[in-house]
Amino acid sequence: MNDAVGTAPGTLPPPGHALTRTAIQVPAPPPELERIPLIANQRSPGWITDKIAGIVEGKTPAWWWWAFIPSVGLLLLMVAMLSYLISTGVGVWGLNHPVMWGWAIVNFVWWIGIGHAGTLISAILFLLRQRWRTSINRAAEAMTIFAVMCAGIYPLVHIGRVWYGWWLFPLPNSNSIWPQFRSPLMWDVFAVSTYFTVSVLFWYVGLVPDLAILRDRAKTKARQFIYGLFALGWTGSNRHWSNYEKAYLILAGLATPLVLSVHSTVSMDFSVSQLPGWHTTIFPPYFVAGAIYSGFGMVLTLIVPLRKLLHLEEIITMRHIDLMCKVTLATGSIVGYSYLMEYFIAWYSGDPYERWTFWQRIFGQYWYGGWAMLLFNATVPQLFWFKKVRRSMIAVFVISILANVGMWFERFMIVVGSLYQDFVPANWGYYKPTWVDVCTYLGTFGLFFTCFLLFLRFLPLIATAEVKGVTPQADPHHPLGGARRKGTVPHGS
Amino acid sequence: MAPSVAKAYGMVAEFDTAADILHAAQKVRDAAFTRWDVFTPFPVHGMDGAMGIRNSRVGWFSFLGGATGYTGGMLMIWYMNAHDYPIVIGGKPMFSPFYPFIPCFELTILLGAFGAVLGMLFLNRLPRLHHPLLKNRRFAQATRDKFYVVIECDDPEYKEAETRTLLEGAGSKHIEIVEE
Repeated sequence: MNDAVGTAPGTLPPPGHALTRTAIQVPAPPPELERIPLIANQRSPGWITDKIAGIVEGKTPAWWWWAFIPSVGLLLLMVAMLSYLISTGVGVWGLNHPVMWGWAIVNFVWWIGIGHAGTLISAILFLLRQRWRTSINRAAEAMTIFAVMCAGIYPLVHIGRVWYGWWLFPLPNSNSIWPQFRSPLMWDVFAVSTYFTVSVLFWYVGLVPDLAILRDRAKTKARQFIYGLFALGWTGSNRHWSNYEKAYLILAGLATPLVLSVHSTVSMDFSVSQLPGWHTTIFPPYFVAGAIYSGFGMVLTLIVPLRKLLHLEEIITMRHIDLMCKVTLATGSIVGYSYLMEYFIAWYSGDPYERWTFWQRIFGQYWYGGWAMLLFNATVPQLFWFKKVRRSMIAVFVISILANVGMWFERFMIVVGSLYQDFVPANWGYYKPTWVDVCTYLGTFGLFFTCFLLFLRFLPLIATAEVKGVTPQADPHHPLGGARRKGTVPHGS
Repeated sequence: MAPSVAKAYGMVAEFDTAADILHAAQKVRDAAFTRWDVFTPFPVHGMDGAMGIRNSRVGWFSFLGGATGYTGGMLMIWYMNAHDYPIVIGGKPMFSPFYPFIPCFELTILLGAFGAVLGMLFLNRLPRLHHPLLKNRRFAQATRDKFYVVIECDDPEYKEAETRTLLEGAGSKHIEIVEE
């Protein structure tokens, strides 16, 4: 083909040229079928690079400090609470017979559930070729990692004597006894630690080309060295991209069953037991749907203010928010269906204990928790059916927070609601958290937001190379990508 | 280019658009070069075909990792719970392929993921903390929005004048020689 000779990019070949004669003219689709572009205003790859790298390179905004200082304060509070717990004993929490799993497990399940949206966005939406994910996947994956870190604290400290934490690992204890792999708690150890490791790996692989961007733009030797070290010598070679894209695809393919398995395994901690309200087969899919619902809630809680504060409205467009709201609606509806199913099965089973537990969930001593979960998880997200609600950033922000309030109460009702009244009324009790429970929980927000704010400051919060790859400028068959005329550029080989 | 004593690494040709680099890669491929590469800020669709690169072998590394994880996990749990210190729990068999499934599944994913990442790094010969191209200031735009074809001087087909003509013919407006 000699089409490259003598034609400037973007101009059409002269009439009578071989290309104009052989070109197959495809009429443009009607305007109502045109998709809203993923990046607004046809921003160029150069602009996108400057914009995202500029956040890391520019001056620290004042709001960042206003968020960072209280976060560090809360983080220190968490450290203080954990030190107090470890030095005193697990009794400083409100745990007592019959509720031996209190806020620790509620918060563990809650945090790890939040993480799930990040992997859904990065892996499942990647396999489904949802190209809009590129604008939000980096921040969502960071959220996953930090949420799993917050979650991981609880199982470790709730064992009471943390110095025996190594009994969770496949090592023989002092009596040469190995961990018991028939126990779902061991499954959970493997699921959560694999989830954390693979999430970090996935996140880092995605970061490598973007770290190379920061390395190549670095103004100081120190930045060049540090970013260069972590960029692993990435040059953008296509021979590298070829292997890289394959590795990324495989990671997405592995992370997809992984994320579905993690909350399923968490749910088996409950469902393998014989307790009413726990011993049910619906738990794995119900937990996964709830996890993704709460995770999308958290992504929206973070993204809605961020796109405003960092002026990213052209990269994280209204369409992105709209699509995330729709995922929230879909998963919220699955959660609502699961609630209906739980109540139906409790009634239909005819089991008096099962019926009692579910009756107590909404009319018992913790009635407010039962209604909160029904209202915030099954009812409030239904507002996302309305475009007006999906377009209102205030409404989206409020609903996203309510989603996580609701999901917290769901876990509270599952954990405490099933434990506080079991088979024998003589065993019944009432659980309430202590101030240490509350402060530890608040402290985990400190850990989460400290990590997240540091991530915003030092790493590109949007997958720059991936976003550039979904622009029309990156498409060699699009006029903006330099194609002479639609449909006339010869494909690969 | 000023003449210099340092050994030349290769000829770098800059392109502005994804379509241009795709055509240039096809031309270089058809000219039977072997030691050459294309550098882009993001993967360009169809570039593997345009360069004549075969399907990546990363999958094999991942498969090896995953298979190791699954069999290793099964063997580990059989050894721990059925062989070295068997304990009867609820009258259940000492070993069955079902109860260890979840840890083995997780190990499959874990080692499969490590296989994919380490395999990718191995095939790419990364980490590599020094590269002649990274010293070139103009080449830094390869991670921003420019596209480059680099033909190494070691290539048997490399002849400075002819290679330059080829790359100019492919539409490059800026060609330079980068030193080792």
